[in-house]
Amino acid sequence: MSLLRIQKPKTRKGKTALLEKEPKVIENIKNALILEGRKTSANIKDLLKDIATFKKPNCKVLTRNNDITPFEDQNPLEILANKSDCHLFAFGSHSKKRPDNVIMGRVYDNQILDMIEFGVKRYKSLQEFKNEKVNIMCKPCLVFNGDQWAKSDELRHIKSLLTDMFHVEDVETIRLQGIEHVISFTLSEDLTIMIRSYKMLLKKSGQKIPRIELEEIGPSMDLSIRRTKIASKDLYKLAHKKPAELRVTKKKNVTRDGLGNVKGRVHIDRQVVTKLQTRKMKGLKKTPEEKKAARKLKKAASKENSSFV
Amino acid sequence: MDIVKEVLDKQAKEAEKYKPINVVKHEEVKIDAGRLMISDPNVFSEEIKENTESYLLNLTRDNVQLLVNSIWELPTERLDEHIVVKLPKPSFALPRARKLPVPRAPTKWEQFAKDKGIVKRKKDKKVWDEELGKWVPTYGYQKYKAERDKDWVLEVPKNIDPMTDMFQKKKDLKNEKIAKNEISRMKNIARAQKVDMPRVGFVSEESASAKDLLVAATIAKASTASVGKFQASLPKEKTARGIGVRELIPGSQKRKRALNNAMEKSEQIEVVDKLLKKRPKIDVEKAVQIQKREDREEREKKPVEKKKKGGSKSKHAKKFTKKPKSGMGRAGNKKPAGRKRR
Repeated sequence: MSLLRIQKPKTRKGKTALLEKEPKVIENIKNALILEGRKTSANIKDLLKDIATFKKPNCKVLTRNNDITPFEDQNPLEILANKSDCHLFAFGSHSKKRPDNVIMGRVYDNQILDMIEFGVKRYKSLQEFKNEKVNIMCKPCLVFNGDQWAKSDELRHIKSLLTDMFHVEDVETIRLQGIEHVISFTLSEDLTIMIRSYKMLLKKSGQKIPRIELEEIGPSMDLSIRRTKIASKDLYKLAHKKPAELRVTKKKNVTRDGLGNVKGRVHIDRQVVTKLQTRKMKGLKKTPEEKKAARKLKKAASKENSSFV
Repeated sequence: MDIVKEVLDKQAKEAEKYKPINVVKHEEVKIDAGRLMISDPNVFSEEIKENTESYLLNLTRDNVQLLVNSIWELPTERLDEHIVVKLPKPSFALPRARKLPVPRAPTKWEQFAKDKGIVKRKKDKKVWDEELGKWVPTYGYQKYKAERDKDWVLEVPKNIDPMTDMFQKKKDLKNEKIAKNEISRMKNIARAQKVDMPRVGFVSEESASAKDLLVAATIAKASTASVGKFQASLPKEKTARGIGVRELIPGSQKRKRALNNAMEKSEQIEVVDKLLKKRPKIDVEKAVQIQKREDREEREKKPVEKKKKGGSKSKHAKKFTKKPKSGMGRAGNKKPAGRKRR
């Protein structure tokens, strides 16, 4: 971590806040910026509210209207995102030309990486489903249905974006009873994205693994894809680059079998038989004369060497 | 044998009570247990158009069942009365939020210390002061108190003005040190970010080194129209040498005098040769422009001749090939026509 800036932070708190914004090996979870454009419809307002409830501690909601058109000028949006330290955004607007419009996107290195504009064809909010909801901050299962998702680069980007938007922090361990929320993304033939959200019910199955039943809890929406702006291949690749510290290097000559045993292969040089130490015996010891001769030889050799130098 | 059959029957009946947990798919689904994510590449059946909601529910249920089946098989642990499952690392890659961290460039001192093999020794936080008879902080908090107690009186040296305020002098020296440190910090930042920086001659008389002073003196001396040729020098005066000293002297580059006759001769011959061998340069862009202009002029001439020959069928010669559109004739036509839509 480094702080290469002209003005030094005056307080320790300020310094930590600045260091928090520096590039890191293991990054914090991305925050989402949720904001409205010049005008919004009731549907869009509900949608943004519902996204905020799912994202909760990791989002910042702006309450005022913003005179921003991200596809014409993305600069103001970038500034807002940097200011609030958010790397995801959901921007809702409503106009005659593009009714019920929501733009989702990501920010990489203080610049917009990609953004996709969706038209909301149908929306049923979280409140309209009258049933018990899931706990906040529970990690949802993400289900992508349909063969279309891998059809084009754009759709692949959308899949990645939706995953980024709706997934919750990567964890090492998870409580089995804590998996209770399912979000499904279905891409139909006419490229409509149908997003449904369910509560997971674990039923008895007579075995260890439970039988799953789902209950819709909302929100439920159908989105059409409007304008898109996806990152160039180079930038997208750069954004996915893993730091060297986290990259797993393959260890040579070490393998693991299915039972968890470690097997290693050791390479040894050819044995020098002439210098092999055998059993020490008195009879094989050097006599004082022999030792003296050897010393003399060594001395002569070293003298010769020094004279060369 | 009866007993075996009975047990099997009982088990079958038990199994009938529950719904199945296995799901069959045509194409294999992709499961990323680390991200609790499943991608189902199977094509939908026709039913999706009729009962969309129920079809989606069943499809998702099946996929979640597959995901759960794979998660329940992962190794489990017991943690505070809860059963937790160890998730593998997620395989579906998501882009980073910021660039990769790069190690900070070493400061000039750090680089020097590394080259010389100087290792930083850790100082004690407090040192025993013989004079005060107590432990005194080496730096930082409450250091100034110990300093104040120790230097409650300061001697004025004989060689300076007896009315000098030594306390003020001490303060000034410290401030100067701080300022110098700040400058080197800035320089280090500039060096790390590869910004071109103007060179500083020397900071001040007191904090500049002998080398800095020598450079300053050499530059000052050479800053005349004759590059210091007629400037008198002291008996044992040295001139500063080193990388970039010559460049700092204004006009030094221009006046490279020839050392002897032969050199001067060759230099002069070179100049004459250059002049004699000079060929006109061809500016391709300009040539193309001239050619274009000539062509255009020729083209413009021709239709006039044609008109004379062909007589006049219509009085109005056709200037535009296309129908004129509204808004197209505006001067400096850059904006698209119509209302601004968003």
